[in-house]
Amino acid sequence: MTQAQAIQTNPGEPLHLPEGVQGVVADWSSDQRAFKKVPWGKAMMWIFLLSDTFIFSSFLISYMTVRMSTTVPWPNPSEVFALTLFGKHIPLILIAIMTFVLISSSGTMAMAVKFGYEKNKKVTFILLLVTAALGATFVGMQAFEWTKLIVDEGIRPWGNPLGAAQFGAAFFMITGFHGTHVSIGVIFLIIVAIKVRRGDLDHQRPGFLTGRKGNYEIVETMGLYWHFVDLVWVFIFALFYLW
Amino acid sequence: MEHAHGQQQDIAAPAQGQQHPIGIYLKIWGLLFVLSALSYSVDYFHFQGYLRWFLIIVFMLLKAGLIVAVFMHMMWERLALLYAILVPTLLLMVLLGIGALEADYTFFTRGVFFLKGLL
Repeated sequence: MTQAQAIQTNPGEPLHLPEGVQGVVADWSSDQRAFKKVPWGKAMMWIFLLSDTFIFSSFLISYMTVRMSTTVPWPNPSEVFALTLFGKHIPLILIAIMTFVLISSSGTMAMAVKFGYEKNKKVTFILLLVTAALGATFVGMQAFEWTKLIVDEGIRPWGNPLGAAQFGAAFFMITGFHGTHVSIGVIFLIIVAIKVRRGDLDHQRPGFLTGRKGNYEIVETMGLYWHFVDLVWVFIFALFYLW
Repeated sequence: MEHAHGQQQDIAAPAQGQQHPIGIYLKIWGLLFVLSALSYSVDYFHFQGYLRWFLIIVFMLLKAGLIVAVFMHMMWERLALLYAILVPTLLLMVLLGIGALEADYTFFTRGVFFLKGLL
């Protein structure tokens, strides 16, 4: 009898799940639920994030390809995104601040998940709103950055006065797609925050996102999406702004 | 039927979810701040060449790893889920390699083209 059959045919007793590589084989084999100990919504969010990983990777790899193949010098991001603050010229400072804002929002999100499972509605609500506010701040700073680049520097998707024409195309495509993700995340954070505050998740109130069975798992699923947005920014920050 | 139902309950009973002490989130948060500051200082202090590349990539991977492992709870999930997500992601290295080869070739042909123009 294989491990998988053993799992299937001992329904009365608590499950003895094998660990390690044997566990991988047993979890995937036969007609059964593959992802154990996770709610289906969370497993599906992971699958969605995997597909999103491929989208962002395609963008970043295309960007690498055009940047490596151009014979025209690439505009120096360190200078393009510099700001003069309090009379001092600081390179890349706007992007650094945006990075810290997004990481902070990831921290508050992680804590919101924790307090959600403790059914502490008030703290969860506040932390979700703080996360949404930090996300909105990030999008606001991005709007400022885009305005500065389009209006002041004359950067367009098809060319710019600073160097390689591909700079604009890569920049607007990658940061635009990421900013869209952040904006959608902010909207859903507010929706989840309202649900937490109303107690929808305690009373299993039927509704948008809680139709099946309302519980605090959706806070964690929301958190996965939000951390992913932060994760993508880590790669954009390193590969687009620091290269 | 009863047996089947019992099993369903066992597998689909994640009621308590992922609960971890708040300290670990605060520590990782702090660590991410430090790593971001280090990434930024690579640019601020104008490191160049291979040292710059090495530092950028190391800090990037450390940050990504911490976010996935702790904030996204991957280190506490079962290996089946970890493999389902991470193995396809590693395949992107192939696309990366193809992109780099293509870019080198394009750069080379462009060089040849401009050189011919000069002669």
